[in-house]
Amino acid sequence: MAAKKLNMRKRYELLTRGIGWETSYQKMDDVFPYDTFEGIKITDWDKWEDPFRLTMDAYWKFQAEKEKKLYAIIDSFAQNNGQTNLADASYLSAIKLFITGVTPLEYAAHHGFAHLGRHFRGEGARVACQMQAIDELRHAQTQIHTISHYNKHFTGLHDPFYQSDRVWYLSVPKSFGEDALSAGPFEFITSISFAFEYVLTNLLFVPFMSGAAYNGDMATTTFGFSAQSDESRHMTLGLEIIKFMLEQHEDNLPIIQGWIDKHFWRAYRVLALVSAMQDYMLTNTPMSWKEAWDIYFVENGGALFEDLGRYGLKMPKHHELATAEAEHLSHQVWSVFCALGNATGFHTFEPSDEKMDWLSEKYPNTFDKYYRPRFEHWKKQKEDGTFEYLASLPQLCQVCQIPMIFTEVKTDPMQLSFRNTKFKGDNYHFCSDGCKDIFENEPEKYVQAWLPVHQIFQGNCGGATIPEVLKWYKFEPEDGGDYFDSQDFRRWQEWHGKDEPAKTGSDN
Amino acid sequence: MTTKKKNTAFLIVQDNEDARPIIEAVEQDNPGVNIQYEPGMVRMERAASLIVKRETVEVLKGCEWDVQELHLVLISLAGNVDEDDEKFELSWG
Repeated sequence: MAAKKLNMRKRYELLTRGIGWETSYQKMDDVFPYDTFEGIKITDWDKWEDPFRLTMDAYWKFQAEKEKKLYAIIDSFAQNNGQTNLADASYLSAIKLFITGVTPLEYAAHHGFAHLGRHFRGEGARVACQMQAIDELRHAQTQIHTISHYNKHFTGLHDPFYQSDRVWYLSVPKSFGEDALSAGPFEFITSISFAFEYVLTNLLFVPFMSGAAYNGDMATTTFGFSAQSDESRHMTLGLEIIKFMLEQHEDNLPIIQGWIDKHFWRAYRVLALVSAMQDYMLTNTPMSWKEAWDIYFVENGGALFEDLGRYGLKMPKHHELATAEAEHLSHQVWSVFCALGNATGFHTFEPSDEKMDWLSEKYPNTFDKYYRPRFEHWKKQKEDGTFEYLASLPQLCQVCQIPMIFTEVKTDPMQLSFRNTKFKGDNYHFCSDGCKDIFENEPEKYVQAWLPVHQIFQGNCGGATIPEVLKWYKFEPEDGGDYFDSQDFRRWQEWHGKDEPAKTGSDN
Repeated sequence: MTTKKKNTAFLIVQDNEDARPIIEAVEQDNPGVNIQYEPGMVRMERAASLIVKRETVEVLKGCEWDVQELHLVLISLAGNVDEDDEKFELSWG
């Protein structure tokens, strides 16, 4: 009788079970030293199951197929000078922030999952983490390959990994990644796979990538969606690990709730950068940050936590504040980048008149009242030649490392939100109750934070003046500043046969 | 409990040729599904659950189709995943 093809369930079982063993000449606890100290109790690792039941052979097959499709598009984009068909060269600011902010985080996630792929005791979980480690490496690589084409034509894309370790606003995603990496394996996977990937990553990879398509950037759209197809697997893994831990022992619940509260807030603060990409850096925007938040967090996240309610799990702490901030977030973040636009590795610009009208429509309660006047004021100052960038360095939140720009959105949106706490005689500052709570739970960890502004003042960043620090960041003089004074803008005008560069406003 | 609003399960795929039979199969097999075309992507959503059946996709495609080929066009999803050789299903409990 011919051998019958095994079904998916059986194949998964054979390729993920029975491939480990009880060690005899070393204690299991010595072989797997990291998976107990966090207090998570696992009684039966075999209960772990990957709902996709993906085996290594199928994984390689499908990933190879995805890569072929992606690289065909990257090639054709380059051959057809796709960069000239973008909606506008100012859109590249989003790509510059992506490669410096997100890509190094993908690489950090690769490190983390490679570690878990060795150190979880259960083989099924190890196999899933090994695949994810390869995925994350693939994401970093495909992002670099795709964006390297833009590096031939535009500024600010030359040293993403070097800059990730140094630049003031890049410490926001970097410190989040390191916060997760320096935790134990269960906290790491809760942070990255669940809080970041399941609860929040749709906000980055779905509406933003759809936005890239809307702005003529097929190459980015394709790597984004190609990465997101892996993310779907990661999200499912994230949900699975949460359910697995909760089902293993009731003592796990409070630990997991604490991690979800913490990493939701940490990851959400990182996504503040994405809110500005979505609303301001995309020239044409198919969906606002607020709309994306309502669909992907309020609705989808709500459904998720309702489902997890049967285990006793609750919505992450301070989620109401995050939702209340959705009407303010992108405006506040983009404002700070514009005010410090001489110290960014991408170009800043006031929104065009058309964009401001779109923002008014999407943010009827906040944009005209609080933010339009600010951008119009700066626009006028630039026309009059009186505009000046902030000459001082901003105070940073000790936890999320974002300048203290957020406000009391629930009571007085014009009042800066400012929290502080004392630890061993020193005073620490926070942007929100969310960040303050995180600090107070683990002060010993966060007092060690590498805060870029403190480091500058301590003389560790190339010098005491802005040009010295920018040189240390490897920011070239043409990388930052106003878009309409930039090399990117002049080149764009030349490509499109406009030899009289407009002075202000992309609507010219 | 019957009056309670059911949470939405969704599946988002790339807007391309490979995904077309999947989208059509979802349309056939999921009464009341809402299908939205956004730049570069197609979002399919339905209250409580959503299913992709191998058989339907194969009839529309005119050739064999492995349920795991969904990975090639998948962008995102919401719901608990239940997958085997015959179907890929998302549902909220």
